[in-house]
Amino acid sequence: MAMAVDPALPKLRNGPERSLAAAFAVTLVVFAAAPFVLYPVFLMQALCFALFACAFNLLIGYVGLLSFGHAMFFGWASYVAAHAAKSWGFPPEAALLFATLCAAGLGVVAGGIAIRRQGIYFAMITLALAQMMYFVALRVPFTGGEDGIQNVPRGRLFGVIDLSNDMTMYVFVLVVVLAGFLFIYRIVNSPFGEVLKAIRENELRAVSLGYKTDRYKLVAFVLSATLAGLAGALKALVLHLASLTDVYWTMSGEVVLMTLVGGLGTLFGPVVGAFLIVALENYLASFGQWVLVIQGSIFVVCVLAFRRGMIGELGNALRIKL
Amino acid sequence: MVEIFGIPSQALLGQLLIGLINGSFYALLSLGLAVIFGMLNIINFSHGAQYMMGAFAAYLLLQYLGLNYWGALLVVPILVGAIGILIERLFLRHIRELDHLYGLILTFGLALIIEGLFRNYFGSSGKPYQIPTALQGGRNLGFMYLPNYRAWVIVFSLAVCLATWFVIERTRLGSYLRAATENPALVRAFGINVPRMVTLTYGFGVALAALAGVMAAPVYNVSPQMGSDLIIVVFAVVVIGGMGSILGAILTGFGLGVIEGLTKVFFPEASSTVIFVIMAVVLLVRPAGLFGRTV
Repeated sequence: MAMAVDPALPKLRNGPERSLAAAFAVTLVVFAAAPFVLYPVFLMQALCFALFACAFNLLIGYVGLLSFGHAMFFGWASYVAAHAAKSWGFPPEAALLFATLCAAGLGVVAGGIAIRRQGIYFAMITLALAQMMYFVALRVPFTGGEDGIQNVPRGRLFGVIDLSNDMTMYVFVLVVVLAGFLFIYRIVNSPFGEVLKAIRENELRAVSLGYKTDRYKLVAFVLSATLAGLAGALKALVLHLASLTDVYWTMSGEVVLMTLVGGLGTLFGPVVGAFLIVALENYLASFGQWVLVIQGSIFVVCVLAFRRGMIGELGNALRIKL
Repeated sequence: MVEIFGIPSQALLGQLLIGLINGSFYALLSLGLAVIFGMLNIINFSHGAQYMMGAFAAYLLLQYLGLNYWGALLVVPILVGAIGILIERLFLRHIRELDHLYGLILTFGLALIIEGLFRNYFGSSGKPYQIPTALQGGRNLGFMYLPNYRAWVIVFSLAVCLATWFVIERTRLGSYLRAATENPALVRAFGINVPRMVTLTYGFGVALAALAGVMAAPVYNVSPQMGSDLIIVVFAVVVIGGMGSILGAILTGFGLGVIEGLTKVFFPEASSTVIFVIMAVVLLVRPAGLFGRTV
């Protein structure tokens, strides 16, 4: 297969590699210290959204596909995890795994349909499919309709470690999210990732070079859906709750916002964006409907004047890739 | 009582009528989306919010200025269309050269702002809007009861759709428009002010959405979130029809409304998802959409 040939790349690394490693080390230290300063549940929630945004960014940032329906993976995985943990008594690791697999399956179906059209149509199709899955969630009995699934137990990890303690749970969430983050880093910097970027830059050219771009796009879509699902499942355990908000289109919009604010196609951007938006929403919760207005204004400002996002601008100023 | 497939004909025809009403709105809105997409190459995500603004404008004009339905039908599209022109000048103009996706994201942001503002000032609850006196009541057609206002919505929106088709496909102005869609640089070279045409096209598309909003006000309640759920269904309609053909957009809109209405009779659980399912099937069978020209 053409994927295996990758002669030019290793020479280019080194420089950016070092700055990335530094950024990664700083991030690790910050996250290790954070729960002693900030409320751990807030941090865990933000970490889940960070993973969600990174998964979304894998598509928009590296393949150039704007999915406006990622809430369906996030929300449905959170329902499945909550149901598995609460009604079937699954241990947390099994609930997470099962929910993530379900998200992957949903990703195969939704991706298979959506990648049949490009650009703007792709966005509309994913949005419509997600809305369909929202109505399904509203109808099927196990999701609990408007109430959602409440009091989801966190359980004991591998039957041993009790996750009901917030600090223990924090460590677990941090490890899972970091693993997801590194997995995305690995994908993006693999020969497979290079093909994805080639598709983003010029799909027709990638086709003419002999790549079956539809297959690459589908695999990227499924990977992104899977990781979004993992994030959603994790969130259900953290907050003991799976609800309709997580499958609604506003959630799909939020993940676009997080990634846009942080920087499309940057590695750390979605993480920063997620923390910023989650913090903003917590802070603004008492302002009611103004949240919508503020979110909308951020969208407008970002598109008009700030398209690289925070990390994109920072990387540009420091002339490094972040 | 006459029965069709075991369903009383009254219920069947009643749902068919509701389907046609919904179809009118799908047709008007997807027509506006298609016109805007043709000229500006963006998907106007704020279309639903502009439809909602149309309904609210009619409600507010009646409430505070005493302007009746017929006045609103004329004034509101101009008013909201002017806001659309302002939006094009202030925002959309600056992102013309960028990837189309930015247009979608920007108009999504605008939709959030508009919906948020209306929710702040008017709350989430629906506001009733009286059916105009001339169209109150209905007539008995023998086999079913036809409310006058619903008949008017169907006939009038069909007329507006066909008029739009006529202007775009059969007049000189329309030919400029189509030419500018194909090759704006060349049309500019012929001395036609294309940027102004782009602005006016956006204004026109928005005015269509506002018109649909005015017509919807007496049928549904006027509420800030009436546009956001509808616009997603309209997106699916647009994907099914493909945006290449005006008549195609009209036909798909009405057709899907009817199918949705019939689903309510035969399989009510699926009525909210049927259009999305059709979209998925169409994409698998005919990716370009029923009337689409390019993939």
